[in-house]
Amino acid sequence: MMKNLNKTTKDNLITYGMVIAVYIIVEILLKAGMISSLLQGLLVPLCVYVVLAVSLNLVVGISGELSLGHAGFMCVGAFAGAFFSNSVKDVITMGGVRIFLALLIGAAAAAVFGLLIGIPVLRLRGDYLAIVTLAFGEIIKNVVNVFYVGIDGSGIHISMKDKVSMGLAADGDVIINGPQGITGTPKDSTFTIGILLILVTLFIVLNLINSRDGRAIRSIRDNRIAAESVGLNITKYKLMAFSVSASLAGAAGVLYAHNLASLQASKFSFNTSILVLVFVVLGGIGNIRGSIIAAVVLTLLPELLRALNDYRMLIYAIVLIAMMLFTSSPAGMAFRERFSLKRLRERTKEQKEEQ
Amino acid sequence: MKKLLSLSLAAVLAVSATACGNSDTAGTTGADNTDAPAAESGTEAAESGTEAEGAVFKIGAIGPTTGAASAYGTAVMNAAKIAVDEINEAGGINGYQVEFNPQDDEHDQEKSVNAYNTLKDWGMQLLLGTVTSAPCIAVEAEAQADNMFLLTPSGSAVDCISGDNAFRVCFADPDQGTASAQYIGENGLAEKVAVIYDSSDVYSSGIYDTFVAEAANQPFEVVASEAFTADSKTDFSVQLQKAKDSGADLVFLPFYYNEAALVFTQAAGMNFAPKWFGVDGMDGILSGVENFDSALAEGVMLLTPFSADAEDELTKNFVTKYGELYNGETPNQFAADAYDGIYIMKAALEKAGCTPDMSASDICDAMKTAMTEITVDGLTGSGMTWSAEGEPSKSPKAVVIDGGVYVGM
Amino acid sequence: MSFLSYLINGISLGSVYAIIALGYTMVYGIAKMLNFAHGDVIMVGGYVALTVMLNLNANPFLAILVAIVVCTVLGICIETIAYRPLLGAASPLAVLITAIGVSYFLQNAVLLIFGSNPKSFQSVVTFGNLNLAGGALVVSDEAVVTILTCVVIMVALTLFINKTKAGQAMQAVSEDKGAARLMGINVNGTIALTFAIGSGLAAVAGILLLSSYPSLTPYTGSMPGIKAFVAAVFGGIGSIPGALIGGILLGVIEILGRAYISSQLADAIVFAVLIVVLLVKPTGLLGKAVQEKV
Repeated sequence: MMKNLNKTTKDNLITYGMVIAVYIIVEILLKAGMISSLLQGLLVPLCVYVVLAVSLNLVVGISGELSLGHAGFMCVGAFAGAFFSNSVKDVITMGGVRIFLALLIGAAAAAVFGLLIGIPVLRLRGDYLAIVTLAFGEIIKNVVNVFYVGIDGSGIHISMKDKVSMGLAADGDVIINGPQGITGTPKDSTFTIGILLILVTLFIVLNLINSRDGRAIRSIRDNRIAAESVGLNITKYKLMAFSVSASLAGAAGVLYAHNLASLQASKFSFNTSILVLVFVVLGGIGNIRGSIIAAVVLTLLPELLRALNDYRMLIYAIVLIAMMLFTSSPAGMAFRERFSLKRLRERTKEQKEEQ
Repeated sequence: MKKLLSLSLAAVLAVSATACGNSDTAGTTGADNTDAPAAESGTEAAESGTEAEGAVFKIGAIGPTTGAASAYGTAVMNAAKIAVDEINEAGGINGYQVEFNPQDDEHDQEKSVNAYNTLKDWGMQLLLGTVTSAPCIAVEAEAQADNMFLLTPSGSAVDCISGDNAFRVCFADPDQGTASAQYIGENGLAEKVAVIYDSSDVYSSGIYDTFVAEAANQPFEVVASEAFTADSKTDFSVQLQKAKDSGADLVFLPFYYNEAALVFTQAAGMNFAPKWFGVDGMDGILSGVENFDSALAEGVMLLTPFSADAEDELTKNFVTKYGELYNGETPNQFAADAYDGIYIMKAALEKAGCTPDMSASDICDAMKTAMTEITVDGLTGSGMTWSAEGEPSKSPKAVVIDGGVYVGM
Repeated sequence: MSFLSYLINGISLGSVYAIIALGYTMVYGIAKMLNFAHGDVIMVGGYVALTVMLNLNANPFLAILVAIVVCTVLGICIETIAYRPLLGAASPLAVLITAIGVSYFLQNAVLLIFGSNPKSFQSVVTFGNLNLAGGALVVSDEAVVTILTCVVIMVALTLFINKTKAGQAMQAVSEDKGAARLMGINVNGTIALTFAIGSGLAAVAGILLLSSYPSLTPYTGSMPGIKAFVAAVFGGIGSIPGALIGGILLGVIEILGRAYISSQLADAIVFAVLIVVLLVKPTGLLGKAVQEKV
């Protein structure tokens, strides 16, 4: 049976298998009560970062554009999803249904932003594109930070200045409270939902990569002019990768928002974007499985270093530099060559020839 | 492959580091590298206490000791350690020693919950924290679900203590905004007031909102309200210029001393000298900013429950000890709140007659009643009492900076 | 009158951004590396200068000199540890990540050494504010010195790059590393020199920044660093006059945006203008449009 599968499919199955295996093991350990509170608390954030890393890899690795504003899409998704859940908290009481709808809404909102931002942004190249994504990320953060939304008997009130100017009736509810963001979001995120979201993300991303569209996207990355000359619509394919990535980041944001009782825009700063980028680069650009592993390891690392007290973040920085040098310096290049993207591309080529 | 190898190597490294660290967590997690010997002896005392009695109270604390808000978290941890050491030297609480474990949260909700879970694994029975408002709201949700007693020294947002398990030492934001507006109005300090606030900060915008709301009932007019954000908190020239142009005779500054120091410097540079009015975050302006020319803060008024220059025995003792242990620094509002926080816990634990063998949840239940029954004299107020909602009842003192020291008004 | 005063404040803030952006742009021009640790080098420069001034009671000029030396050495260290080993790495992003690692390292190392309390910086400029128009318009002495320094540095750098051998070597390396090596240019040495100059400038920028805005914490450098990065891109990254123009424009837009549009959204306005500029001129104001070879 396995023999009939081509290498890409096999590779993808390993990735899915890995996620499912981890899920089963963790669930068993949870039932046995063998997982510490710290790890239990980290399960959902780990899923969030895995989804973020995989989705960013779609833009950075597969589409070949450096994006520094991924947290902005996460922010849009998180606020859209949390706003929904808070508004319907009393209407829909089943957590599972609520977060499912919130995930759809968050992903859709982020996808819209991805499209809107992608159209102008993708005209630019290289580092200029990177800085514009950074700029959009910061704009989103700054605008959400001064956003006041409340509901009272007479409907929804919105202000961009302060709480007072919203003109809310005394019995009204403030839902988005400027820098304090949204508080009291129901804690609907569970590890199972997180793993399901990872699997859906993997399914979308891996299928996209290996589809006709995905090959088009990769060909644009490798040689834009050649791709253009064979008649590929560059903007369409880039936009496809960008908005799919944005919507998945939005879904990750929803998961994040439903895991903590307080949600602030300040969380979605440039630093969070960079953190996710670190996962992608360290895990291997274009390497989806690598992104998953890097996201898990680098999220756990600072928590596991807690015993080092004040030296924790210092050691984290040193480990980060050391890992990067170890994996990417030319000394390790010869070895890596065999497992790098080129190899993957050769595989795809072989597979094409087989067909 | 190599990549996986290095990643797993790092993971192993991290795990082993934790493993090594765990063996001495109990004793030294509390000890920062900045600790002076006295703190060490305190933790040793805690350990010997462990051996003698077999049981200790485990108090955890959460706050930012790295990151942009680290000045506040560090002050809390430092002061809480002093209080714990004093208590242990004096024989502990109900005859049991106290063990203290501070954890860093980088002023981030998610990290804060991680810190909370770490402390739970350690066996925490009472939580002092978290220091900053936004993470506190997230942690309070967890603590409420676990029925863990939470006392935040400085989490001033209303939602920080939403559950019945949570109490606070400091004032709530709305109280500060209202009290400030009333004080300015009742004492006729000004007719035209300008406000500069940090619109990206929960604390600052929370006070601003209630200040403006209350100002409508007061005999003064808010002529300018200008914001700044965490991303641009170095240049205040525009905000000051607007305040100046609006003809304000008093400027209300509901934010921390770090930024306030910059405001005063820049205002002096543009010959703008209105009356300044601050809130408790302003405390620290005289000594929190090293090398700051305190002449610039001359005449600043602020509402604060604590002043490091107070002449009472308790404050003097605390300020001296803090200076001795931490490079001669002067404790600020945060430190005072944390020091009081530990003693408040002690008072409530004694009132409830708790023992360390009780579960965290049982202690929490006992504390819920005990907190409303105790009266504590501390650094930040005498005769402090608590409502069942968790709000403290104490009155802020209005002080003015005169000749480089606080003088009561 | 207040417009003039906003404008001058904007130019003064912008000059600081411009000096930081010069360091960014030089390193980028030659190494194609976004050096995210640059902002933290500024902060280190500030701490060094302050320590020298306070503890050795030295005069400001000595402090500036020591800070420049320390930052230059730091720049060379960053190059050796985080950049050079990754020359020829599979992805150009690898150096971005090590630069971020260095940035975390510097912040946390300084946090451990100097503690988290903010420190008030002593201004190195002490000849007093200029009162114009009968006191209605005040120009701070720091602003004057910052703007002058910025212009002097830019002229000096332009001369250095165009008139000296080392400067021309830099241009050659930036154009084509391989060809430069064949011409007998010491490529690694030239890159190290660029890092050294960029970091030395960071020390100057740090001292000027802190003289105008005297609050020093381990995180002081990060936001000006990012803004300067934006300024460098604004003007066309890799271009020295571009960094100056980008920096000053950024400062002016930030201040005027805050004054006349919204004080809460000043940062968003800066970034929005940046986006518009890049959409009209995709390589920044003075950036070279690169022709793609087929």
